[in-house]
Amino acid sequence: MTQVLVLVEHDADGLIDSSRRAVTFARGLAVANANSKVAVCVIGEVPTGGAELASAIGRQAAEYGVASLHVVPFTGYAPLAWARALGQLADSLSADAVVAAGTDRGSEVMAHLGAITGEEMVANCFAVSRSGTHEWHLTRQRWGGSLIEEAWLEAGRALLTVATDAIPPASVVEPVAAPLELELEAYEPQLADGDTSVVATESPEQAGGVSLASARVVVSGGRGVGGVEGFSVIEQLAAYFGGAVGVSRAVTSLGWRPHSEQVGQTGTRVTPDLYMACGISGAIQHLAGCQSAKTMIAINTDGDAPIMARADYAVIGDVNEVLPALLEVLRARG
Amino acid sequence: MRILVCVKRIPMVGGRIVLTPDGGQIDTSMLGFTVSPHEECAVEEAVRIVEAVRAKGGSGEVTVLTLGPPEAADQLRDAVALGASKCVLLETDREWGPIATAEAIAQEARERGPFDLLLFGNEAADSGDFQVGIRVAHLLDLPVVTGIKGLALEPSGSAGSLAGSLPRASARREYRGVEESFELGLPAVVTVKEGINLPRYPSLPGRMRAKKAVIDSLALGWQGEALSTESLRVPTVERRRAELLGRGAEAVPALVALLESLGLLS
Ligand SMILES: Cc1cc2nc3c(=O)[nH]c(=O)nc-3n(C[C@H](O)[C@H](O)[C@H](O)COP(=O)(O)OP(=O)(O)OC[C@H]3O[C@@H](n4cnc5c(N)ncnc54)[C@H](O)[C@@H]3O)c2cc1C
Ligand SMILES: Nc1ncnc2c1ncn2[C@@H]1O[C@H](COP(=O)(O)O)[C@@H](O)[C@H]1O
Repeated sequence: MTQVLVLVEHDADGLIDSSRRAVTFARGLAVANANSKVAVCVIGEVPTGGAELASAIGRQAAEYGVASLHVVPFTGYAPLAWARALGQLADSLSADAVVAAGTDRGSEVMAHLGAITGEEMVANCFAVSRSGTHEWHLTRQRWGGSLIEEAWLEAGRALLTVATDAIPPASVVEPVAAPLELELEAYEPQLADGDTSVVATESPEQAGGVSLASARVVVSGGRGVGGVEGFSVIEQLAAYFGGAVGVSRAVTSLGWRPHSEQVGQTGTRVTPDLYMACGISGAIQHLAGCQSAKTMIAINTDGDAPIMARADYAVIGDVNEVLPALLEVLRARG
Repeated sequence: MRILVCVKRIPMVGGRIVLTPDGGQIDTSMLGFTVSPHEECAVEEAVRIVEAVRAKGGSGEVTVLTLGPPEAADQLRDAVALGASKCVLLETDREWGPIATAEAIAQEARERGPFDLLLFGNEAADSGDFQVGIRVAHLLDLPVVTGIKGLALEPSGSAGSLAGSLPRASARREYRGVEESFELGLPAVVTVKEGINLPRYPSLPGRMRAKKAVIDSLALGWQGEALSTESLRVPTVERRRAELLGRGAEAVPALVALLESLGLLS
């Protein structure tokens, strides 16, 4: 029998979206290998975090076709300790694959696990199949999703992180004979002193306004905006929609706006209903951060800019002419 | 204060990735090369730390290392232009995976060390493996923090100073809207993200120094790896032609109508 172990993350409401996607990915592997099961590992204070949270996670795990739910009681986030615990649990379950969402924590813990055991850790996978006991076929993202690689991995056990934006979360439609809520099984790892020497202290961020990552509307400006002053209209437009300001790397490199507003491969990934790209050429590294937008409007003086091939709607023109005129009409409507 | 910074040469692709006819690699014949923005910030951070140490009368130097083709010397020179002082090129004849890369870097760090701080990018721009820094830390038995957006070195003990005994590092990053911070003693490995600083533009004297920089190179033999690339492809996105709403301010009525149809106007 094959076991796939998934490290999941949760917030106060239960499993986070990327973790559901990672479980969906793992289930794909289990289904392709008849007789396989998905086990899930939660590290944290779930048992003490209240019966409601435990029950929410148990229900979601069942919904997503998980066979067993293992909880490692632990206070705080210590990457090395988490990796040690995950590895020991994987050993005790004889897991054939260990999977985590490619989040900051997921990637970090999986890399530690690979470093502890000396095994390969393959990042950003979105398809996997097994052929024979030592061969895995993987499809994964490179260049922040702008390139796709097909690869072979020779390993007894596969350590994988999941490119979650390429996997829609899918619950199991009819959980045949599955329990409606999974029991949490506690697992106590053997930790060494050094495992907890690097540990995170959390403090609420003093971020004000709408967060870029979750904004429904993002009005983004690039080098074409021309300078610091031009962003005043972009700010007003974003505020009009209750949205957030985004920028390209050209803008942060010039020091016009802070890096916290940068959209792209080395900035924030956004998933708004509307993305307005103003004076942005559409380099792949920028698109890596905004291609999940439902609708994209580009405003650019150059009708042949690469962004035009990715946007749904385009205005050919000077942003410093179009945006003030737009804002005026919107304000006149009230 | 001795700092090692690791950077990786990558092609500077713009609007679209073009592959070689056999699909085996990125066609770089028309492209320039650079390093990941994360790594550029790592170089800047290292230079700033050493500058601060020197300002207090201490000594320090930044060594920059890359594993790649002979041409990666260009990226080492770029780092010298920003203020790095020593260059190490581990020459390879093909792309190496993260395990082999980390082993080679750790070996070199042992030989040229000890280093007080080893800085990496959070992930390389091309492979995005998110692990070389962590693996090097394990091989050297050092503490490691990743994805760092703010780094401060504080004297350890009341009598200590940045220039004297080894300081402690306090590092912070973001996690789902919350700020996380870590305290760790040096020597340590830190992987950084763009935004930790705004890298300077190279100065004219910097560029002169870069031209004359001595590159210490060492050729490495490939050992074979468990992960092998079968093929690469550019994802098929619909290359839709955007619907043109109009030109200049004349497009505003069409824009407003569109925003209305998207349900964004009250
Ligand atoms: C490894 C790596 C990672 C990167 N990560 C990121 C990232 O996270 N985010 C990111 O954005 N970039 C990133 N980049 C940089 C990226 O490659 C581009 O250089 C950058 O996105 C360009 O920004 P831009 O479109 O604002 O500027 P430009 O490419 O200079 O484009 C300006 C555009 O404005 C138009 N324009 C000019 N004047 C006007 C006007 N008056 N009105 C309207 N339009 C006008 C021009 O036609 C042009 O299309 C990365 C690069 C690398 C190598
Ligand atoms: N070939 C290389 N030469 C030097 N440093 C590297 C190399 N590959 C990766 N690194 C460093 O390790 C970091 C993480 O890379 P990766 O694990 O491949 O995503 C990069 O940002 C670099 O700082």
